[in-house]
Amino acid sequence: MRPLLQVESIAKFYGARIGCIDVSFDLYPGEVMGIVGESGSGKSTLLNCLAGHLTPDHGAVRFDTRAEGLRDTITMSEPERRMLGRTDWAFVHQHARDGLRMNVSAGGNVGERLMAVNARHYGDIRAEAIDWLGRVEITEDRIDDRPTAFSGGMQQRLQIARNLVTGPRLVFMDEPTGGLDVSVQARLLDLLRGLVREMNLSAIIVTHDLAVVRLLADRLMVMKDGHVIETGLTDQVLDDPQHAYTQLLVSSVLQV
Amino acid sequence: MSDYNFAYLDEQTKRMIRRAILKGLAIPGYQVPFASREMPMPYGWGTGGVQVSAAVLTPDDTFKVIDQGADDTTNAVSIRRFFQKTAGVAVTEATAEASVIQTRHRIPEQDLRADQILVYQVPIPEPLRFLEPSEVETRKMHALEEYGLMHVKLYEDISQHGDIATAYAYPVKVEGRYVMDPSPIPKFDNPKLEMAGIQIFGAGREQRIYAIPPYTQVVSLDFDDYPFQPTKADHACDLCGAEESYLDELIMNDAGGRMFMCSDTDYCATRRKQGHVGAQGVPYKEAAT
Repeated sequence: MRPLLQVESIAKFYGARIGCIDVSFDLYPGEVMGIVGESGSGKSTLLNCLAGHLTPDHGAVRFDTRAEGLRDTITMSEPERRMLGRTDWAFVHQHARDGLRMNVSAGGNVGERLMAVNARHYGDIRAEAIDWLGRVEITEDRIDDRPTAFSGGMQQRLQIARNLVTGPRLVFMDEPTGGLDVSVQARLLDLLRGLVREMNLSAIIVTHDLAVVRLLADRLMVMKDGHVIETGLTDQVLDDPQHAYTQLLVSSVLQV
Repeated sequence: MSDYNFAYLDEQTKRMIRRAILKGLAIPGYQVPFASREMPMPYGWGTGGVQVSAAVLTPDDTFKVIDQGADDTTNAVSIRRFFQKTAGVAVTEATAEASVIQTRHRIPEQDLRADQILVYQVPIPEPLRFLEPSEVETRKMHALEEYGLMHVKLYEDISQHGDIATAYAYPVKVEGRYVMDPSPIPKFDNPKLEMAGIQIFGAGREQRIYAIPPYTQVVSLDFDDYPFQPTKADHACDLCGAEESYLDELIMNDAGGRMFMCSDTDYCATRRKQGHVGAQGVPYKEAAT
């Protein structure tokens, strides 16, 4: 099987400081990869390099495009990369307000990506928006409300709907459940897990919450100080951590 | 008169503005940055239009200024006097006699000819501004032709008002490439943007000039199921009886009395001279308009 995303020795420096270094992995269709580590371990830097928000100083990120197969997204032209960004890729921000237009209605937020790929029929766009709001458990009568009138959990679900409406194949998530209380987190995770299975999405999830990766991720990558220190199947890494830092991380989780 | 350089601005400044105009004409709808000068009037009063007019005027030109279609409002009178004083050019109120027309918020009813130039005053040249506040980002969107966001605005209109409620500054796509703000003209005027004359848009505060060459394709954006529709008050002019012109509504008294009249004063006066009389009008008499 051909990998959907092929990452080859990515490195990003901030001056003399290391953002992340020597990261390589393959991601296959339908696979969910978790990246965990403490604050400052380089996991967000890595995610931004993969999603094209940052330009890595070294390495290659090859994506299996629909038209031409594997292509390096770092060397492709900006219009092509931005086109990927609004069709085959999705990016779920930690703070919903970074990923939403707060002064545009929920329906407009979901419809934007459709209109960006030249949907020009209002009725169709609206029907699609209603369908997607339903899938993320936002009722139809909230379609004309602005995200400012939504709770944090609803905003996050709206952001997910907005991202998935164009049927992406790869989703980048940066702490998707950060800042939400636990019952809302649980529902969001349930929803995400359902969508990932249903749409056969590949995803890369950055988080510091081990419970999130336990629930969502097939594979796990542990980062510290910009380096990948351990990789493996999620259950394997969490149940039998090999590296001293991973052992510390796993044993630091509060037991209720 | 001799105290001013011709048309107020110095020659180097006019050359700079002309270069921006030529670039604008070469790339229809593209906003060309230019070094906007301080003018002896506040921003928002037409400093962009005045600078463009100063750069295109020649001593042989005949100049006309309209504000919301009218020749006799404060702004129009001031700008007309300004160029009378600093350039000594002939001025007129007749659309057909003018070679350069500076306008705010309207396109004259009468079709312009190939030897006429229409200069617009533009408050905000960036059509994407209210959706994407970052100029860096909007420039990138223009460069990469990413105009999905413009339709988000129209979508919002329909979802809130049941129809595209944008009635002025209605976004257009020029020659199949750049999305452009046609300045705050009513959308009734949008079809007239495809004309024989040269159209130049000047935004003084925002330091942008853009242009539409003659006979350029200008398409108003819309949805397949909500097509673009130019609108006007469903009425005829009460002074001259015109049914095809854009109308102003005037409240006459507290008893609900109102009057519709052409916003283009020259068009209305010309028709009245020809003997047309509207429902509340009286026959035209010289010096008794």
